[in-house]
Amino acid sequence: MNLQSEIPLEYMIVLSTAVFFIGLVGVVIRRNLITMLMGIELMLNAVNINFVAFNHYLFPHRLEGHFFALIVMAIAAAEAAVAIALIINIYRKFSTVSVDDVDELKY
Amino acid sequence: MNWDQLFFLRHEILLSLLIVFELVADLSDSSARQSLVNTTIVLFAGLTVAGFIPLANEASLFGGMYASDDLRILLKNILNVSTLVFLLQSAGWLNQSQNSYKTGSFYLLLFSTLLGMYLMICAGDFIMLYLGLELATIPLTLLAAYDHNLRRSAEAGIKLLMSSAVSSAVMLFGLSLMYGIYGSLHFSEMSQQGAMGGSLGVLALTFFIAGLGFKLSLVPFHLWTADVYEGSPLPVTMYFSVVSKGAALFTLMLVLYRVFGQFTGVWSLLSYALAVLTMLIGNLFALRQKNLKRFMAFSSITQAGFMMLGFVNPEALGMNTIIYFMLIYSFSNLAVFGVLSIIHNRYGKEQIEDLNGFYKTNPGLSLILLLALFSLAGIPPVAGFFGKFFLFTAAASRGLYFLVLIAVLNATISLYYYLLVVKAMFINPNDQPLPAVTLTGAERLALVLCVLGIVVIGFMSSIYGYIQTVVG
Repeated sequence: MNLQSEIPLEYMIVLSTAVFFIGLVGVVIRRNLITMLMGIELMLNAVNINFVAFNHYLFPHRLEGHFFALIVMAIAAAEAAVAIALIINIYRKFSTVSVDDVDELKY
Repeated sequence: MNWDQLFFLRHEILLSLLIVFELVADLSDSSARQSLVNTTIVLFAGLTVAGFIPLANEASLFGGMYASDDLRILLKNILNVSTLVFLLQSAGWLNQSQNSYKTGSFYLLLFSTLLGMYLMICAGDFIMLYLGLELATIPLTLLAAYDHNLRRSAEAGIKLLMSSAVSSAVMLFGLSLMYGIYGSLHFSEMSQQGAMGGSLGVLALTFFIAGLGFKLSLVPFHLWTADVYEGSPLPVTMYFSVVSKGAALFTLMLVLYRVFGQFTGVWSLLSYALAVLTMLIGNLFALRQKNLKRFMAFSSITQAGFMMLGFVNPEALGMNTIIYFMLIYSFSNLAVFGVLSIIHNRYGKEQIEDLNGFYKTNPGLSLILLLALFSLAGIPPVAGFFGKFFLFTAAASRGLYFLVLIAVLNATISLYYYLLVVKAMFINPNDQPLPAVTLTGAERLALVLCVLGIVVIGFMSSIYGYIQTVVG
């Protein structure tokens, strides 16, 4: 089946933009650090959809977009590992993972 | 691959060896760790000197992912010198008994971030730039959370990580749109193709500038700065405000001038707005600070606003003045933080009022702090004046006199709060000022280097001339 004839590129862009902003809104309005981390992962995955879609539809003879998507995934994993370590650290100090209660530093 | 290509990578290879050394030293027994601070400083000094050896620099390696030229080597050398002074100043903190067991891992994380900054500067395409940016950011969040028995340090770490992850996702979204427009992420190919993509290109560029503007703490993206600066250990704050900021500034400069030269209208307008906002808001918040770390955070935001003045001039003059200003800013800020960390290591004080009567007991340190604050404010005999003056010239040569007027007004406001600190030291009475301190050799050497930098750079026109020839 030929994907390109079935689904136009615009659909992919609309999807990735929607996922990106759902992630962004999630980071901004959620108060739980783990949920915020999930929002960040959504934003990064939106970027991956963009890269892979552009590469597949517009520039199929070169693979830069695919490579970039792989690198983004690897770095997202590293970032999540560090984030979880820091969240555990926060939990030990504050006994909560809600950002509203982590407010030692203000003004 | 030719072996002589390795010479182009000399900074990165030497630094990687140093990272491996720190890893091994951290595993060894505690007797070796005692001397680790001194060994590291000596080894890094060697690396810094080796970086200045003049060799052929023009190269493009790994299929164009890594680029090297005289300008990039100069930028890496500037970062090296700041890091060397930083290492000398952080020695006192690392030698304290509660920190000594984690010296090895501190250096490991520190040099990893520096390696990331090298890669950001030497990137030949956006994949390498992103990798370098993350390598410079993720270990830095761990450094911010390094005082792991302090609540505020843990908070600083998580705040930095969350906000930097969001900002790099925003930057990546811009890059993915850029890829859709150009079909390539190589700097050389993108700069040849000219402005493309219409308003989508402008959107992508804006997202990219927002991502790097976060690292540089420009105003709409500055909210993390004060909290992270206050919560982090003091040496890490120093590293944030000098080395990390320098790397972000240089990267933004290289990308805008060398890759997005076709979008000059867009980004010089954006930097106009960012400069005005950043200077004004940084200043207004700095006025009301009582804590010295927080004060320096807003001061560094304001200085970032001044740096953006250079970007309104898309010619070589803009680049020259940005590099020159960053060099002077590094030395001035390192001198301020040097004195602050000497006080903090001995007495644990970091409020402005703790400095009351400081001149009576420590005249030498007070004079150095005075000199450094004057340099940040831009008072004529010291180098800071020349840095600001050239930036104003760069903006004025484009006919943007209104922007220069705003900048001069902001420089005046900033003088007020820098003088508040000076007033605390020299005029405010205090029955029990902080007692006199005896400096260690490393602290003395670091302060001498900073003072030399502040005084000499302004008067040696050959330094500005050298930057001019390298930028070309």
